[in-house]
Amino acid sequence: MDITDTKDTPTAIKPTPVQLGKPRGGPAQSTLRKDYWWVTPTITVGVLTAFVIYATWAGFQNGNYYYAPYISPFYSPCIASNCVYQQLPIIGTWWKLSPALLILVFPLGYRLTCYYYRKAYYRAFWWAPPACAVEDAHSKYSGETRWPLLLQNSHRWFFYMGLVLNFFLTIDAVRAFDFPSGWGMGLGSLVLSVNAILLWLYSFSCHACRHLCGGSVNKFSTAPLRYRVWKILTPLNQRHMLFAWVSLIFVALSDLYVRLVASGAIRDPRFF
Amino acid sequence: MNQNDRQPAETQDKNGPATGKVTLRIWRGDENGGEFKDYTLDAQEGEVVLDVVHRVQSEHAGDLSVRWNCKAGKCGSCSAEINGVPKLMCMTRMSDFSSGEPITITPMRTFPIIRDLVTDVSFNYEIAKKVPPFTPGPKEPDGTYRMAQRDIDRIQEFHKCIECFLCQNVCHVIRDHEENKANYAGPRFFVRFAALEMHPLNTNNSLGLLKEEMGIGYCNITKCCTEVCPEQIHITDNAIIPLKERVVTANYDPLAWLVTKIRRKTGRNTSST
Repeated sequence: MDITDTKDTPTAIKPTPVQLGKPRGGPAQSTLRKDYWWVTPTITVGVLTAFVIYATWAGFQNGNYYYAPYISPFYSPCIASNCVYQQLPIIGTWWKLSPALLILVFPLGYRLTCYYYRKAYYRAFWWAPPACAVEDAHSKYSGETRWPLLLQNSHRWFFYMGLVLNFFLTIDAVRAFDFPSGWGMGLGSLVLSVNAILLWLYSFSCHACRHLCGGSVNKFSTAPLRYRVWKILTPLNQRHMLFAWVSLIFVALSDLYVRLVASGAIRDPRFF
Repeated sequence: MNQNDRQPAETQDKNGPATGKVTLRIWRGDENGGEFKDYTLDAQEGEVVLDVVHRVQSEHAGDLSVRWNCKAGKCGSCSAEINGVPKLMCMTRMSDFSSGEPITITPMRTFPIIRDLVTDVSFNYEIAKKVPPFTPGPKEPDGTYRMAQRDIDRIQEFHKCIECFLCQNVCHVIRDHEENKANYAGPRFFVRFAALEMHPLNTNNSLGLLKEEMGIGYCNITKCCTEVCPEQIHITDNAIIPLKERVVTANYDPLAWLVTKIRRKTGRNTSST
């Protein structure tokens, strides 16, 4: 096999044949690394598995997701008519399952197609590769060129949906200060506010966001506003992994907090 | 800790021993096969791995083949795998390793072996020939080209590349799947494409080439190229992902396609993809 096919390439120099499959150096071992390369993928598997189990359980509960004025982020916006808290009942009474199932598909898709999570789960779950310079676990590899991984290219559409959800979760955070007895602040108000902030940071640090806001521009001097936005988003983008993990864990903790308060397991401390 | 257990201060730094006996376990061989050979010798304070390899060459194995040039991390010649991690030998301090265990040095895994630590990296030069040249548009009326500094700042990072090919070596797409070399350019050349695509004066659009022939879809963003880059280029975040996003705009985003169509129809000159 060679790679001499140069049709349609506007280069002046013609590539010469490169013979593939020639012997390589070094021992035939999956890796010679001596450090603890397996620690990070192991932690990733543990945390992501725990999150998926908890989110699935919480999503199917269909109860204890609302305690005025708090609503669990897993159930917001509550778009089914069977919601305890009527927020945006656009789905009729025919929907009998948990309203969370109508919502969770969007953040799930957003995080599944996220450039950071791709790195995390390709390494930790798929072992393609498990770590740098550690052998890939698969005999063949076509990357994201074929179905179903071609769907990774839909990331920006989930990003748009994520912005819509963030908008609703921000409204929830504001309403979390509006108690039946009047304006006030409980621990739940802070929890939902921090949750909304972390989700915005996760969205604003997203690679698709950085590209759409300014990264696609080649001449920044002709688009000064987009350049300024790109400059602001770039340092956030460098912390995308941090925001991905923190927002993931905190959204689960936010649901847990509302669930515990709604079930009467704990009392929500009121500050004023 | 017993005071007698301590090493003298001048022979130890914060990471490990700077001097004393060390064992280098170097892979020796060629296309017909090979094996590890151990060389035990004294390491001196401040040495890097390449220094000790050179002393192996001069004192123990005059026929040891190793490619090197600048000894300053700028020529990209002395790429190898040290304890299984792709690195430049001239930029890896001996004091990074703890005493006792042999330090393993092997040639880059992805490329065909020539001899000992020297590999045939010509695959990269063949890919380089497929990269379209920089093609600026028409000159200004005064016969010059002009660029604003902020237009060009972003791609300066890409020009730091020293072509050590460590990123190509660590990329599992070709490291573990030889057959993909026929369809995949690799991170070093995605950096090159990014420098061209984002250049304010370049008029070539290589997105079709990137998708169809250079195999950008094969990259699954595991970021090993970024981890091993001795020039700390953010290969994945600043080159590959922006290119992937541009390919998405051109192929998988009907909204972006519509916007581009309208802009063209209304005569708005777009500087973005």
